[in-house]
Amino acid sequence: MKNIALVNDSRFDVMSARKDFPLLARMVRGKPLAYLDNGASAQRATAVIDAVDDYERRHHANIHRGVHTLSQEATGLYEAARDKVVAFLHAASRHEVIFVRGTTEAINLVAQSHLRPILKAGDEILITHLEHHANIVPWQMVCEQTGAKLKVAPMDEHGEVHADAVEAMMSERTRLFACAHVSNALGTVLPVRRLVAAAKARGIATLIDGAQAVPHMTVDVQDLGCDFYAFSGHKLFGPTGIGILYGRESLLERMPPWQGGGDMILTVSFLKTTYNGLPYKFEAGTPNIAGVIAFGAALDYVTKVGLDRIAAYEHDLLAYATRRLLEVPGLRIIGTAADKAAVVSFVLADAHPHDIGTILDYEGVAVRTGHHCAQPVMDRYGVPATARASLAFYNTTDEIDVLVKGLHRVREVLGA
Amino acid sequence: MSDLRDLYQEVIIDHSRRPRNFRELPQASHRADGYNPLCGDRATVFVRVDGDRVSDVAFKGSGCSISTASASMMTESVKGKSREEVDRLFTRFHELVTGSPDKKDQAVAPELGKLAVFSGVCEFPVRVKCASLPWHTLKAALEGEAAPVSTEVSESSSGDGGGKAR
Repeated sequence: MKNIALVNDSRFDVMSARKDFPLLARMVRGKPLAYLDNGASAQRATAVIDAVDDYERRHHANIHRGVHTLSQEATGLYEAARDKVVAFLHAASRHEVIFVRGTTEAINLVAQSHLRPILKAGDEILITHLEHHANIVPWQMVCEQTGAKLKVAPMDEHGEVHADAVEAMMSERTRLFACAHVSNALGTVLPVRRLVAAAKARGIATLIDGAQAVPHMTVDVQDLGCDFYAFSGHKLFGPTGIGILYGRESLLERMPPWQGGGDMILTVSFLKTTYNGLPYKFEAGTPNIAGVIAFGAALDYVTKVGLDRIAAYEHDLLAYATRRLLEVPGLRIIGTAADKAAVVSFVLADAHPHDIGTILDYEGVAVRTGHHCAQPVMDRYGVPATARASLAFYNTTDEIDVLVKGLHRVREVLGA
Repeated sequence: MSDLRDLYQEVIIDHSRRPRNFRELPQASHRADGYNPLCGDRATVFVRVDGDRVSDVAFKGSGCSISTASASMMTESVKGKSREEVDRLFTRFHELVTGSPDKKDQAVAPELGKLAVFSGVCEFPVRVKCASLPWHTLKAALEGEAAPVSTEVSESSSGDGGGKAR
């Protein structure tokens, strides 16, 4: 057993963490905000807001272009953020970290640059049933372009994906296996290490959609062994419009550029263009410089708080939320995997999630309602939509209590 | 909480829990499917037109309380009306739920009758589509549009391979 001092040491003060996020102090419809929609987009720490402000006020110029001081400063800040991502993901080198707009763009890049040139009619791409549309549609598009087939591994009624079932669908025609690290709609944590190992043993490339995982747990891409890992900045307390594609260097080297333009070239003539090396080969055009720099500040912030401490705190918060929600008559949790991140999707008797969302908004509670860009998941459970509370380390048990109170109000208003 | 009750009036709750004319209409002369991809609301509207009059109308589908109540009350309102009257009612209803600026300070058009309970919807911009989906679907049915009606035509047809926020 840990002694008290150690327990205290391993936790953080949530009220103090909340002070780092100015938006959390605002009122909504006359009530204190309870922001429980972090899976859609998380809030920004002051350190992130300040990083944007400082860059815009003092350092802005285009990067990788000028010999003047400002350009060098901007380039320095931008590339320093790349080093932070390398450290955050435990990537092997700077060549493996590509700045993109978000998870969606990262997956599209892999579909078009890695897969499209090598896919032949009859080849297969394997995903799972619980994927976000961003990890379905880009593969469908490349299948249409090449005649390849999209295969879908099942999930069970708890929202769990079993490695055996996935492995059984890996064939000699499978060219890529892609899955979420954490399901956005259900919170399920997938056994990605084992899945990647199974794919690797068959020579199948792997992509992990980490959008919902990185805010909740430490990620080590070398330990996972995956070939690609994608995530977005704004779910990790950074800005929107910036995301990361991690790719194994040996694969990225072989992939053609995805978009052409400035920064991704070494020399251009009308006869022949030679491409830049990694990672710039995949970063055509002037990027979201302020976004990248602020994202670097978000990584610093999260690292300082400590993802292991975040995971421990959220584990308890999820247990509390699950217990309290199940006390609401008629409430059914959608997604009951044994291993879950801090996400609770639910339906409440015959109340439509859209009505739940509107009534909760009146209590100052922000939740996501809808199909969560995961319509196959909704179909699997036979519901058109769910309400979803997705938690971050700055959420409190008090906010869960306000949510529960709001759900009683929903029952009262709708007679549900 | 008075403004929450402006939206969720008792009549609306009643129609959402016990929708009227909630069935298929085998003798329908017109039908159309409506879909709101943002919230997954679906409505199929069946209409029987005799001469110039809507002699019967019914709907099926699933949706939130606002869209279900709107569909239910719409069927009651348009039954027996001429196509021209239905068109006019559509316009008035649309003005009511979108809170058209030039109509805002005016009294609710008397021809709306019971539909006036939807006046609270204009304060909830994201819910306007819930209330108007059945009406757009009815209009499509009467105009004989073949493709399903969507509240998000531009969004749903843009195929950049991605989703919205997770």
